Amino acid sequence: MSLRILDKGAIAPLVSGLMADYAHQGGVVIGPQARRSMFAFAPLTTPAELRLDYNTSILSPKTVLQPPRERLATIHLGETPSVESNVEATPTVIFGVHTCDLRAIQLLDKAFSVDYPDPHYIARREKTLIVSLECLQPCDENSFCKDMGTLEADEGYDLHLTDIGDAYTVHVGTEKGAALLDKYADARPANDADVKKLEAAVGAKWSRFKNHLEFDASELPSLMATAYEHPLWEELGERCFACGSCTNVCPTCYCFDVSDTISLDLAESVRERNWDSCQLDKFATVADGHNFRQARANRQKHRFFRKGKYIYEQLGMLGCVGCGRCVRTCLTHISIVDGWNTIHSSKQEVAK
Amino acid sequence: MTRSLYAPEFARLTSVQPVTELEKLFTIELPSGKSLGHEPGQFVMLSIPGVGEAPISITSSPSRSNGTFDLCVRKMGDVTGVLHGLQEGAMVGIRGPFGHGFPIDEMRGKDMLFAPGGLGLAPLRSLINQVLDEREDFGRVIILYGAKRPAELLFRDELDQWAARDDVEFHVTVDRGEDDWEGNVGVITTLFPKVSIDPHETIAVTCGPPIMYRFVLMEMLGKGIPENHIYLSLERRMKCGVGKCGHCQINGLYCCQSGPVFTYDQIKNVPEAL
Repeated sequence: MSLRILDKGAIAPLVSGLMADYAHQGGVVIGPQARRSMFAFAPLTTPAELRLDYNTSILSPKTVLQPPRERLATIHLGETPSVESNVEATPTVIFGVHTCDLRAIQLLDKAFSVDYPDPHYIARREKTLIVSLECLQPCDENSFCKDMGTLEADEGYDLHLTDIGDAYTVHVGTEKGAALLDKYADARPANDADVKKLEAAVGAKWSRFKNHLEFDASELPSLMATAYEHPLWEELGERCFACGSCTNVCPTCYCFDVSDTISLDLAESVRERNWDSCQLDKFATVADGHNFRQARANRQKHRFFRKGKYIYEQLGMLGCVGCGRCVRTCLTHISIVDGWNTIHSSKQEVAK
Repeated sequence: MTRSLYAPEFARLTSVQPVTELEKLFTIELPSGKSLGHEPGQFVMLSIPGVGEAPISITSSPSRSNGTFDLCVRKMGDVTGVLHGLQEGAMVGIRGPFGHGFPIDEMRGKDMLFAPGGLGLAPLRSLINQVLDEREDFGRVIILYGAKRPAELLFRDELDQWAARDDVEFHVTVDRGEDDWEGNVGVITTLFPKVSIDPHETIAVTCGPPIMYRFVLMEMLGKGIPENHIYLSLERRMKCGVGKCGHCQINGLYCCQSGPVFTYDQIKNVPEAL
């Protein structure tokens, strides 16, 4: 769709107008904000909190679409219990989504839509507008978006911003995005000079990003197929604390636990889902105590395989977007990129 | 309002019967006499408010539904512990049925070899009873049942009926006998030499504790039954039943969606399966 120009000075009034209207409808405008030396996606209380210059966020915007804790249903107890479904969503705009996280949202969209569509996620997603942001600088040495093909985006957003100096170019991805732009900003159509600036800004960025993966990411599913018995898993198993940090910060991890809690007055039982992690001890344990993935080595292996193979086979997309959060967060410096490179070089050794 | 995928429907326990010291049989009636509409081998998610939800295989055959269905449940965890304390008339939450059951139409005309171990009889019984109700559609019916000890044998009355039928070849064994036990003693694999089969005309079906599969499969494969004619029902932790929560994953397969019934052919190269 069309390319428009938004002066940097127009961002604050746009956000301010959005915040007022969304607050009126019970909605929320979310954006990256400073949290000491790091950044987090959270509801904005003033436009000044929005930090489009953020490097990366601790948790991904997944927290907005699949909250860490979410009510699914309420059971009103009594002679014949009645069940109330809690499929609720508030209008939401997420500002400043980097393209790695944008791809992750596309993956979540698929995961929650296949076979049995999940009404909770879908309701929230339908009421969410996404304003994504082109990365022109690497966030740090841990990200490997360039390898995973997520350093650019041509779909998945409602609006997409690129910094061209004194203004942003705005790619309009959807009708909803166009309507938002028209309502809250006076964004003129781009002219030839703007397009040149955009091409220069984007063209110059690629050399700033390093490749970390020593092979093409499209080889991952077939590479993983050779790696089931690799000694790497035992090595990672010995290092892993099974803390679940890697899956908590992962923008594509969506596994969850479902729990029922009764209220103190015994009037209702609340069914909630909470983020869960395949790295935790009891994740695959059945009632008699048998644990189908007891060893930490097997749990790390499962994570690597989900990211590199299983999700690809199920959804047609790699399960990793290269955001680097798991690498950045791991207390024992387990790196999924290093792991994949290790597997790849062993395969090369064998080939020789 | 949109209905949650995770919202149970409340159903009444119309009967609670002891099966052994550990298991009870719960007969459940959905509201307004609705049929569950299950295939043999499928499961439901059963919940107790304030306690939680657990996957339970359906033990009654679709051919005997009468507007109700049966679950044979061992008292084992939080949900099943509370369930065992409930009386007739109590309400429980039900979601489902879920998963792929046994493809009974593909089994018609064949000889059937069932080899359940312990509580593994519960899911297989849904298929066994449908086969017996449509007996003329099948060839030989062979049931080899093993349990740890006589007191753990499920459905004793039904076992006696199977043993008494001319058109069922029924053999039972226990790992350890007790004073009044006069039958076979030994693990389930000791029953296999007692029957000879035509491997190309036989469908084999098994379910039991994880340790059992390897040995039972060796017997079945040893008799020459093709890999795609051997069916297994697998147990995993499940929190959603609909292929999302990730708990039941067996390598790349979701047990709740691709299973819980698999052919050996489907899982022989899936290392986490057995």
